[in-house]
Amino acid sequence: MQEMLSGVPRRAALALALFVAAMLAMPLFAGSYVVSVLVVVLFSAYLGQAWNIMMGFAGQLSLGHALYVGLGAYVSAALFVHFGLPPWIGMLAGMAAAALAGSLIAALSFRFGVTGVYFALLTIAFAEFTRIVFNHFGWVGGSSGLFLPVANLARDDLVNLRGSPAMFYYILLALTLCALALGHLLLRRRVGFYWQAIREDQEAAQALGIDVFRYKIAAVTLSAVMTAIAGALMAFYDNNLYPDTTFAIGRSIDIITAPIIGGLGTLFGPILGAFVLTVLSETMTNLSSAIGINGLKQWIYGATLLAIVMLQPAGLWPWLRARLRLDEAKR
Amino acid sequence: MLTYVSIIVAGLLTGCVYGLMALGLSVIFGVTRIVNFAHGEMMVVGMYAVLVLNQKLGLDPFVMTPVIAAGLFVGGYALQRGLVNRYIARPEHEQFLLLLAVAIMLTSSTLMVFGPDARNVQVDYAYDSYEIGGVLVDKVRLLAALGAVGGVAALWAFFRWTRTGKSIRACADNQVGAQVVGLDVKRLYAVTFGIGAACVGAAGVLLLLLVDVQPYIAADFTLLAFIIVIVGGLGSMPGALLGGLLVGVSEALSGFMVLPSLKSMFSFALLIVVLLVRPQGLLGRRA
Repeated sequence: MQEMLSGVPRRAALALALFVAAMLAMPLFAGSYVVSVLVVVLFSAYLGQAWNIMMGFAGQLSLGHALYVGLGAYVSAALFVHFGLPPWIGMLAGMAAAALAGSLIAALSFRFGVTGVYFALLTIAFAEFTRIVFNHFGWVGGSSGLFLPVANLARDDLVNLRGSPAMFYYILLALTLCALALGHLLLRRRVGFYWQAIREDQEAAQALGIDVFRYKIAAVTLSAVMTAIAGALMAFYDNNLYPDTTFAIGRSIDIITAPIIGGLGTLFGPILGAFVLTVLSETMTNLSSAIGINGLKQWIYGATLLAIVMLQPAGLWPWLRARLRLDEAKR
Repeated sequence: MLTYVSIIVAGLLTGCVYGLMALGLSVIFGVTRIVNFAHGEMMVVGMYAVLVLNQKLGLDPFVMTPVIAAGLFVGGYALQRGLVNRYIARPEHEQFLLLLAVAIMLTSSTLMVFGPDARNVQVDYAYDSYEIGGVLVDKVRLLAALGAVGGVAALWAFFRWTRTGKSIRACADNQVGAQVVGLDVKRLYAVTFGIGAACVGAAGVLLLLLVDVQPYIAADFTLLAFIIVIVGGLGSMPGALLGGLLVGVSEALSGFMVLPSLKSMFSFALLIVVLLVRPQGLLGRRA
């Protein structure tokens, strides 16, 4: 606790406490539609946080994070459907699969000197390759999808992950706050400083004696494992899985836009970015179904991304933080 | 046996068009170091332009190739001048987001104007083919390949012999040096982006004879162009062509021998193998 709070400005701690309190109370007042939108926000926030560890902290650009979502989702769901294994145990198996995939991809790439843009494209290649494999993998339903028995919504069953959106909301809120705390801790520990050194200048980091290869693999693996947790939850929330949506490159891109818009490498950026983009996207969906023009929603979404990257290229959170005077540390 | 030869020939011919498409991406990256994430989207815009001109004026797609290429040159030039130039020295993720936003806006614009349905262009020689020693060759495929080869040859001549072409190569080799000797690097970058757009536009026209167009195929072609240039070597002109041919043949063979829906899996497998064995690509230079 002492370590958690050291160096956090008073105003920031207060603002965070207010935010957490508001989020905890939200399902008591909000309708089911708002809760379901907030579930989407939290999925996006948590996935953004997971991705941010790899790119924001350690500077390794992944454009294929849907791979780890898909592995977490498919492994836990298939074990549940075929063997009746409880979701939380299946989730562990999914995390192990993602850890294996992530460390393997990272080890292969970094061993062979694949970095930067090339590494990003390699992550796309692995994700797309896996998507097509799953499309032809009959045991998990192939391209016609894998379905979980629909939940009985009368009572929340936390053990079997069958229940209302509000239950998933609280699980995801807990995860997001854990990820926030984890990020905060990591940035204060040796490993966080090593990652940032690698991000800023890999050769200099190596010259200082940092085992660049090992720490880069660690960042990718941690990010993959965290992503797989969200994948498993997503499987039990949606109750259906299709390779073309679960492993889609569009999902990978969605995962990375929120943290970039919010502020790459910042702790709260992914959460803010998820709120902004999900609310924008929901509003546009409602608006465009009222107007009825195909594609208008995506156009405005694209235009907003363009506006943000032109006006606030470092992301919205650093700007908002300065506005709210949250970073005036009492050092 | 002859069936296989026919399929390989068809793959090679399609591969020529893929090569021209990927060449655009490769030229842009080789000179400006920007990865054009809106590449397939630019191509789809060109394809719809062909469709409209064909329906309104009844022009043959081949005749329109230079027109569309010129149109996309102007578009690419303007995009680089107005938008992308400010991001030349920015971090990769900002460039990515910028071009992603452009890609989303292009795709949704085509969706708004033309709707989600797949469309194609009708020519009266669509089903003609030649038989050469038992090997069947589609007429449209042959014409498309010849067009693509012509485009590549023109580009090669441009970079080899014209003053602007040489200046662009100078920028690619040494940006600071080019600035020191008084070259207008920003203008040359815009010209390069225009050339890249023209390549992919021309490839789009030729490809429209072989595939249907709908707004969402854009992302698939962006990915395909990535695969090809990485396999051949980002920034290498012959590499883009070789990559195009390889992917064309691999798609044709896997579509015939295994399953059409698995053909892109083989392309991704090819990409993974090349990246791990020879990260700079088959004909690329070590950075």
